[in-house]
Amino acid sequence: MCGIAGILCLTPDAPSPTRESLARMAGALEHRGPDEFGVYRDRRAGLAHSRLSIIDLATGQQPMANADGSLWLSFNGEIFNYVELRAELETLGHRFRTKSDTEVILHAWEAWGDAAFEKMNGQWAVALWDSKTGTLVLSRDRLGVRPLYFVEHRGRLVFASEVKALFAGAPDLPRELDPRGLDETFTFWTVVPPQTMFRGVQELEPGHLRVWRQGAPVRDVAFWQPRYPVGDAHRFAGSLEDATAALHHALEEATRLRMVRAEVPVGSYLSGGLDSSVVAALAARAKPSGFKTFSLRFADAEYDETPYQRAMVERLGTEHSEVLVHRQDIAEVFPDVIRFTERPVLRTAPAPLFLLSRLVHRSGIKVVLTGEGSDEMFLGYDLFKETKVRQFWARQPGSKYRPLLLRRLYPTLSVSQQNVELLREFFGTGLETPDALGFSHLVRWGNKVVLTGEGSDELLAGYDLFREAKVRRFWATNPGSTWRPKLLERLYPYLARSPVSQQALTRAFFGRGLERARAPGFSHEPRWHGTAALKRLFSAELRAELGGRDAVKALLSDLPGDFARWPFLAQDQYLEARTLLSGYLLSSQGDRMLMGNSVEGRFPFLDREVIALANSLPPAFKLKVLDEKHVLKRVARELVTPEILSRPKQPYRAPDAFSFVGAQRPAWVDEVMSETALRDAGLFDAKAAAQLWAKCLARKDDSQFSNSDNMAVVGVLSAQLLHRQLVRAAPGTWQPPLKTLVENDAT
Amino acid sequence: MSADLKEKLRAFIISNFYVSDPASLDDGASLLDAGIVDSTGVLEIITFIETEFGVSVEDAEMVPENLDAVNNLVAFVTRKKKG
Repeated sequence: MCGIAGILCLTPDAPSPTRESLARMAGALEHRGPDEFGVYRDRRAGLAHSRLSIIDLATGQQPMANADGSLWLSFNGEIFNYVELRAELETLGHRFRTKSDTEVILHAWEAWGDAAFEKMNGQWAVALWDSKTGTLVLSRDRLGVRPLYFVEHRGRLVFASEVKALFAGAPDLPRELDPRGLDETFTFWTVVPPQTMFRGVQELEPGHLRVWRQGAPVRDVAFWQPRYPVGDAHRFAGSLEDATAALHHALEEATRLRMVRAEVPVGSYLSGGLDSSVVAALAARAKPSGFKTFSLRFADAEYDETPYQRAMVERLGTEHSEVLVHRQDIAEVFPDVIRFTERPVLRTAPAPLFLLSRLVHRSGIKVVLTGEGSDEMFLGYDLFKETKVRQFWARQPGSKYRPLLLRRLYPTLSVSQQNVELLREFFGTGLETPDALGFSHLVRWGNKVVLTGEGSDELLAGYDLFREAKVRRFWATNPGSTWRPKLLERLYPYLARSPVSQQALTRAFFGRGLERARAPGFSHEPRWHGTAALKRLFSAELRAELGGRDAVKALLSDLPGDFARWPFLAQDQYLEARTLLSGYLLSSQGDRMLMGNSVEGRFPFLDREVIALANSLPPAFKLKVLDEKHVLKRVARELVTPEILSRPKQPYRAPDAFSFVGAQRPAWVDEVMSETALRDAGLFDAKAAAQLWAKCLARKDDSQFSNSDNMAVVGVLSAQLLHRQLVRAAPGTWQPPLKTLVENDAT
Repeated sequence: MSADLKEKLRAFIISNFYVSDPASLDDGASLLDAGIVDSTGVLEIITFIETEFGVSVEDAEMVPENLDAVNNLVAFVTRKKKG
């Protein structure tokens, strides 16, 4: 994994890129690639590269040129099918000088042009400079695993893996936070490309390539979009057994490729959940001895999954390392976290992952596999369970047993026998052909009820918006029903003091927008709306600049052409992938936390073939009755412990606002929350922020922080840190020693 | 009395829910719809009412008609204090 950067002259009078500016850009990306640095430059363009050596350690230096030295490449990432592509290119007459995937991209571009990127299975950010034609190509992988930013400034295009390198390469580039970026963050939890947190700076959209020729932009192509079955088109045609075998093969191959396409040892994260356990098990098979696994533990029992992790370690016999995270660790490391995320976050969850990648780095491992993406690909959402319950119950509407499945469906909720009639009302409407279910399963599931009020935060803030959307869509089919909204009281037991208040207030809260039940964004609306309410903290100046901008409307006006024809759940999946997966899970919790410690993440569930297979599978294969990720669990039976196979899904979370309010908090917390710092940044109303802060400092324990308070505190702190570290602090000036330096002032 | 009550309620809501633009707090508008109050926020309002005004909020009274706007709160507390 690496960092890439470069400068392109857009106008004839723009100054040529200098060796020094390109070297500074490479230096600013040292964490992404500390092993070697390289620069290519001519009169019109320059490329820089910071290398984390993983493939072809001896001859894989970058920037790399084609045979005649006219085409130059700076590349961050891995092309996992590069061996196969190389073989294909050799049949076309291409000859190779190195063993690297980098050289394959050069030849692939020469052979296939834009189509080269469709053929690549991997995770990449690429900058290609064709000095013969004056053409620059920027490209990014399908889901945006690897980042790429660009900005036009004084007749030049400046681009890099991270924004800090743009500032290092063009120190006179104004460094200002963009209110629209903050607006999106305080709506979607992340900025959505091409929007960024920095004024004038754009992020290349995932699955896109952009081309400039002779200084002018000539095309912006989406070479990939997710595809969901419409009717029978693109639908997997085989049986469940066929699908299990196909998925097993696809995951095995995806994991194998990510193991063998490296000349350094590869390890794996092990969270204690199903997804990373499957990945670790498949990887451990590929490397029977000495395979290293890494886990996060939490001093707060609420977040800890140690027993599941250790059981899996025992089963696999891996060399295991753990990092134990305390709240104060999160506060101490948070400035580094934001320096790497380069965007505000509303949760601290990236911080423990930064500590985990630090452990990996210190263990001498450069590459880790993770289970990221599985929830998005295999419907790890409770919403899908509800659909299955309705289908099943419809077969025997009078059954006394089938309603008990709902206890399994909502293990955190109190679903009592006396509510059967109410639930029957909910699940008895609009039913489709149900699937069969064994009686023995019913009994087993019915006995596994966990009645607790925990989970409300997740319901409001996490994946469970799908569950909530289901209820709201159901309610919307009969807005006058007095029974349907009562189901919300079972979904949201957070108003502990009174079931009456649950009825009335949750109804008021979630009843919003029911008339738009068939509109795009319906599922996400409560979460987006709830998050956006925190914008009341914005300063008057920031609000004035935003004017009437509607971030949701902007996002929903830019959807794929056939979006409306997709099933609702596919629409929800798409929006989740476009926002939370790409901008938060794969970036703030993914690439940025890994690369901050010079560790490359690889994600078998986001393999091109796995995605295509998962999207083609009938929902029944992914959600067999109430068993989410069913086909994946069938694959997992022989790979993971029974406890992991049967445990309820637990969202990954970390202590939030309470991490920052203790007496031992680091000095930076009070510094960035000071009136001076707040007024300097100008992002938040100083008085309102002070009120928020005073309220939180008065809290005695974690349970007293509401979901809103948690998001507000983490959002304000992280935005303030961003301003301090990337706006106020001077850009990096360090120029690393250059292993590769090619300068051609004749071109 | 009512004006004083309203000001105290407004001051609490503005401070406790960190509203930067007090003018935007419409006394007749739903606090839930505005996103100013969430589930936990309702509990904070109830606690404030009970502590500040010495009234006791019954389960059956925890409805939007009593709690979901400044004006509703004023009317509710006024009624409770009279009762």
